[in-house]
Amino acid sequence: MELNSRLPTGPIETAWDNTKFEMKLVNPANKRKYSVLVVGSGLAGGAAAATLGELGYNVNCFCFQDSPRRAHSIAAQGGINAAKNYQNDGDSIFRLFYDTVKGGDFRAREANVYRLAQISLEIIDQCAAQGVPFAREYGGALTNRSFGGAQVSRTFYARGQTGQQLLLGAYQALERQVQAGRVAMFPRTEMLDLIVIDGRARGIVTRNLVTGEIDTHLADAVVLATGGYGNVYYLSTNAKGSNVTASWRAHKRGALFANPCFTQIHPTCIPVSGDYQSKLTLMSESLRNDGRIWVPLKKGDTRQPGQIPENERDYYLERRYPSFGNLVPRDVASRNAKHVCDEGRGVGPGGLGVYLDFSDSIHRLGEKVIAERYGNLFDMYQRITGENPYQVPMRIYPAIHYTMGGLWVDYHLMSTIPGLFVLGEANFSDHGANRLGASALMQGLSDGYFVIPFTLGNYIAGAKLEKVDRSHPEIRNAEACVQQTVDKLLNIKGKRTVDSFHRQLGKIVWDYCGMSRNARGLESAAEQIRELREEYWTNVNVPGSGADLNQSLEKATRVADFFELAELMCIDARERNESCGGHFREEYQTEDGEALRNDEQYSYVAAWGYRGYGNPWDLVKEPLEFHYVHPSQRSYK
Amino acid sequence: MRLTLHVWRQQGPRTKGRLVRYQMDNVDHEMSMLECLDVLNEELIGKGDEPIAFEHDCREGICGSCGFMINGVAHGPARATTVCQLTMRNFKDGDSLTIEPWRASAFPLIKDLVVDRRSFDRIVASGGYISVSTGNAPDANAILVPKDIADRAMDAAACIGCGACVAACPNASAALFTGAKISHLGVLPQGQPERHLRALSMVAQANLEGFGGCTNIGECTAVCPKEIPLEVIARMNRDYIAAALSQRDAEVNTIRPFTEWSTGSKLVNDPHATS
Repeated sequence: MELNSRLPTGPIETAWDNTKFEMKLVNPANKRKYSVLVVGSGLAGGAAAATLGELGYNVNCFCFQDSPRRAHSIAAQGGINAAKNYQNDGDSIFRLFYDTVKGGDFRAREANVYRLAQISLEIIDQCAAQGVPFAREYGGALTNRSFGGAQVSRTFYARGQTGQQLLLGAYQALERQVQAGRVAMFPRTEMLDLIVIDGRARGIVTRNLVTGEIDTHLADAVVLATGGYGNVYYLSTNAKGSNVTASWRAHKRGALFANPCFTQIHPTCIPVSGDYQSKLTLMSESLRNDGRIWVPLKKGDTRQPGQIPENERDYYLERRYPSFGNLVPRDVASRNAKHVCDEGRGVGPGGLGVYLDFSDSIHRLGEKVIAERYGNLFDMYQRITGENPYQVPMRIYPAIHYTMGGLWVDYHLMSTIPGLFVLGEANFSDHGANRLGASALMQGLSDGYFVIPFTLGNYIAGAKLEKVDRSHPEIRNAEACVQQTVDKLLNIKGKRTVDSFHRQLGKIVWDYCGMSRNARGLESAAEQIRELREEYWTNVNVPGSGADLNQSLEKATRVADFFELAELMCIDARERNESCGGHFREEYQTEDGEALRNDEQYSYVAAWGYRGYGNPWDLVKEPLEFHYVHPSQRSYK
Repeated sequence: MRLTLHVWRQQGPRTKGRLVRYQMDNVDHEMSMLECLDVLNEELIGKGDEPIAFEHDCREGICGSCGFMINGVAHGPARATTVCQLTMRNFKDGDSLTIEPWRASAFPLIKDLVVDRRSFDRIVASGGYISVSTGNAPDANAILVPKDIADRAMDAAACIGCGACVAACPNASAALFTGAKISHLGVLPQGQPERHLRALSMVAQANLEGFGGCTNIGECTAVCPKEIPLEVIARMNRDYIAAALSQRDAEVNTIRPFTEWSTGSKLVNDPHATS
């Protein structure tokens, strides 16, 4: 299979404008004759549903939560990047583009990233107009903060709740369209299959999570904005409900899945406290602006942090990376934390933690300024750990946070199934092997507000879409498949709970396909995952019925898909014999332990095609070309 | 530590519910309230019982999914904390906790501790937005917002829509929730054109949903996990009164409340259904 990424030709600066001009348009009066299904209501999905509704399409929007406002975008803390150069510190579209391509360790498409950097300007304008209460200077102008991987201050924020405020902006725009009758919202409704007719995506099969009804929704195009798959690790910073099911079912219907092994570990999370732990809590990366990271110089130093004198502390990021210091990108910060803990210099119970210390900043700026910047994060830390970070350093440890991989899409954000578009974290396109902080919100909103309205119109205008009959055998077949899976899970009546399997699966993936990986481990992990999956389908216990709210059943269908994805992640990580971004293969590192890329052989997107359970996946490669940012060894020294 | 939980169990909206007693002998201080329920649920499944249904998602106190009454207090004893971040340090050995769902007629019960809060979405849909379609915006710095105004807007915008305010209110009023959105948008310059119509529509929708009126008791702000100040209700009342005069000819936007879940309900607000 050949992948056509439909990349624009010509200079990158005008590529998106030219592409937009060349696109076919749908006449305003005709838009109301078309219908679109948007699955997911976070930044990407909410923005897409609202904007498509404004344009006049008939939109049905679905989310598994009780309200679109709960989507996990809401938990993003730190901010959103935009190349506004309001700080006059040398920022530009090109610099944001450059930083993002470099930050992604040269595994993203240049054209996509350039477009993202261009659109970043419009996003801030749009959100400010919606009433998003961004932080301001006294004169009323917008203010910025710095973030990892950049030397300019380009991050816009709303206290530590930027994701919440941007999502509420999109949610309010969405509800406005609900009120106007352009969007119908289906909360507590989970997509469990994709309907493909004559090679085109034409609908979805859903399960109503309250009544258990299995239903089919048909349309002219389907947009997936269903987020990332970090919960495959069980413990992650994702919401408990975040899952890969919609993407995975689309994958099984023919959409290629790209770079599944590119997962991001966030360096600043609250360390695990016990076996009952259900999720990991992120502390925004923005804390690294004013916090200094250190561990004791000596191994096994059990003194309280305040009793360790300055000359017996190792500020290892500042020491190893003098120019970026504590603001190195996430992958570098995470690996270094793991490294010092592996050396036995970690702090806190179990030795899996490093200090993030604010005493210098409090001394320099005063407690009031620090409280203004990070007050809510400090409060949250204290609520969870019982320690006061104004007085003792925070303890942090890396945790799975974001997944750069996802369904393969072309420049138009269309998957390999015509009519199936994939936005936001669910696609793979813009972050390469590592995402920079404050770029996820930017990408979600860029895709939803400013890309899909054009590219979806182009598709609809160019496709001859016949009306689909509800009795079509493909629909019957998909509905029957969904019903079978549900019935099967309910009827196993084994001995182990879904969570116990999920925990065990997560541990395998974390141990072998987490912060560092090697060929032997990955092969063994794939084997262990297959074995555990066999046990899952014979020994899981899903209580209750399929005819009402059944949270165990919801989890069970999601975990079933995580098993299959986990195996593919290990296969992908095994196949990529290099280290890049979040993918660190122990066999491939420089003498001083930095990631060693292999551009000769691995400068490509690995897109995997499903060929039925038990059969090996097909690997299709999309070569990456760099004309504007020359691939170099990333250096933050 | 040992705890006794009395948890509200109810199979569905039309069945009768009751409090069921569960003894837990090994609760860790570091656990969150929800992790404590997770542990209990694993035990229940092991015994062949159905686990307790409760709403949760982000478990970081921001999505607003979780929430129930603990000994009569919404989100339990710790100030400004949702149940997902309420650690068991807040309780002591031998404590007895009564756990019940939010109770309000505008939040019909679905199962156990899970209630239907779509009425909140409809309050927002009736006017809780600034009408600016994608592509309409001027440069972000073209609209200057003084820092104190931006801060005040943010204080109100921090609402997570969990519904604790309604559950705590003896009148089951949604005034704090509605007032928070009216204040967030109403203090900003961008929100001025629709300020009055917004107040009228949102208040009308809240009334239509069956939420009660506000009688200035203040339970809502006391339990609010985001400490939304009572002042937002004063702002709402002021805008509402001003609007009653300035917008007397305006047509108020409201949406018909509905409580059904069956997918047939899409016909209610989905004239185009599916193709």
